[in-house]
Amino acid sequence: MNRLGPIAAIVPPALLWSAPAIAQQTGELRESAFATLVIWMPFIFEGFVLNLLMSVLAMALATITGVILGFMQISPSAILRVPARLVTHLFRNSPWIVILFAIMFLVPFQVTLPGGDTVLVPAWIKATIGFALPVMANISEILRGAVMSIPSGQWESAESLAFTRGQTLRHIILPQCIRRMLPPWMNWYALLTLMTPIAAVLGVNEALGNTQAAMEAAGARPEFLVPFYLFLMGIFFAFIYPISIFTRRLERRFAAVT
Amino acid sequence: MLDLIAPFFERLYETTGLNFSPFYDQYDWNRFVEGMWISLKLIACIIAVSLVIGVLGAAAQSSKNRPLRWLVAIYIESFRNTPPIVQLLFFYFALGAITPQVDMGGWYEPVIGSFGWSVIALGIFGGSYNVEIFRSGIEAVPETTVEAAESLGFSGLKTFIYVTLPLAFRICLPALTNNIISLAKTSSLAYVIAVPEITYTLNGIWSDNVNVPEMMILLFLYYIVLVAIIARAMAMLERRLALPGYGQ
Repeated sequence: MNRLGPIAAIVPPALLWSAPAIAQQTGELRESAFATLVIWMPFIFEGFVLNLLMSVLAMALATITGVILGFMQISPSAILRVPARLVTHLFRNSPWIVILFAIMFLVPFQVTLPGGDTVLVPAWIKATIGFALPVMANISEILRGAVMSIPSGQWESAESLAFTRGQTLRHIILPQCIRRMLPPWMNWYALLTLMTPIAAVLGVNEALGNTQAAMEAAGARPEFLVPFYLFLMGIFFAFIYPISIFTRRLERRFAAVT
Repeated sequence: MLDLIAPFFERLYETTGLNFSPFYDQYDWNRFVEGMWISLKLIACIIAVSLVIGVLGAAAQSSKNRPLRWLVAIYIESFRNTPPIVQLLFFYFALGAITPQVDMGGWYEPVIGSFGWSVIALGIFGGSYNVEIFRSGIEAVPETTVEAAESLGFSGLKTFIYVTLPLAFRICLPALTNNIISLAKTSSLAYVIAVPEITYTLNGIWSDNVNVPEMMILLFLYYIVLVAIIARAMAMLERRLALPGYGQ
């Protein structure tokens, strides 16, 4: 743990270090890049809220669909198992940006409700679906791996006690799986959040899109680039770092018990 | 090659409307092949850079120098906990603006282009995972093996190069395979700084021909085949390197 101690203290100064360096270069525009950043901070934070919203919604969607897909993968019937396996492989082995493109271009931008009204689908909702798909496939694989890792003796003893397959899964196997699945599930949440800025490529006004828009609006001076991008990375770091520390602690605790 | 398949895909377009333009149009074919070639080059360079960083970082982390260990820890945490796409943009735009330009005889070009920056940025990003992977491998090498090497008169560095590293490499190979596959997929992020790799060129093709679904299928197929090849190659390497009686 002491290996990670100093980092929290060092990162905030690292964010500030760029400002004087830039100010020196420009001479008469002293500190103006940093001052501009301070003006635009709320706007960037506003974008970051959308990142968080997308990550939470995508994670919820991915967890539900991923668990269903995972159960299909371990099902004894091939009709459920084979398609689930294919879907899992397709989305596990494709890059995020490619899946996002696919969703953005192939999902219609407006839907017709049963009443006859047409509703525009906002780009960020489509992006959320795009982010959920790769995580869904990985959660499905995590579930399958967790069920596989339960010793077969558990299944056999449940069978000898006249549990059905469903009962065995619900009362014996899954309670043991959830503990093993929690750390990788959290890892995937962190990774998903780190991938949400890709949505900016497709015109969603989240933190990265807002940062770029802010730099444009403030005059597009090259000395903005370093402080603005470092600030953006700083926000993500401040959110993700505690999660990854917590995940590592959980991992160690569960590893020690089992 | 194109002459052989062109009639089939032209007929496919005429009869079904499925427009796989790279398979009958010479210009799109060239773009497609060039995109695949650049994508493969990019992936190879990124993996090479990340492996070098991984080994150096793991060596630095097992050194007795405390500030050096902290430095590596800061590097790992800052790259693993920030979005890779922002890292890429930061390297290309922010650092690219500061790097010197070379006189190309009339016009100026940056020393490092978009390809170079994506190799550096994604290589460093992937390296931050590889350091941890190699470190866990090094830690798994039994203490007694290192002591045995020491008693045979190996120096610290020689023990690391000839004894610890080869064994650690075998131990961490499965984790390394995962990271290499994830890096191969992440290489498509170079799209955002306009590296003409497969995602970028296919995007150009579907913009010109309005055949998004067909090109999407091609893109998914490319990555799935690529990942399958990498996974197969790494599994073969694992089998080749397996030491009888060592590990499982």
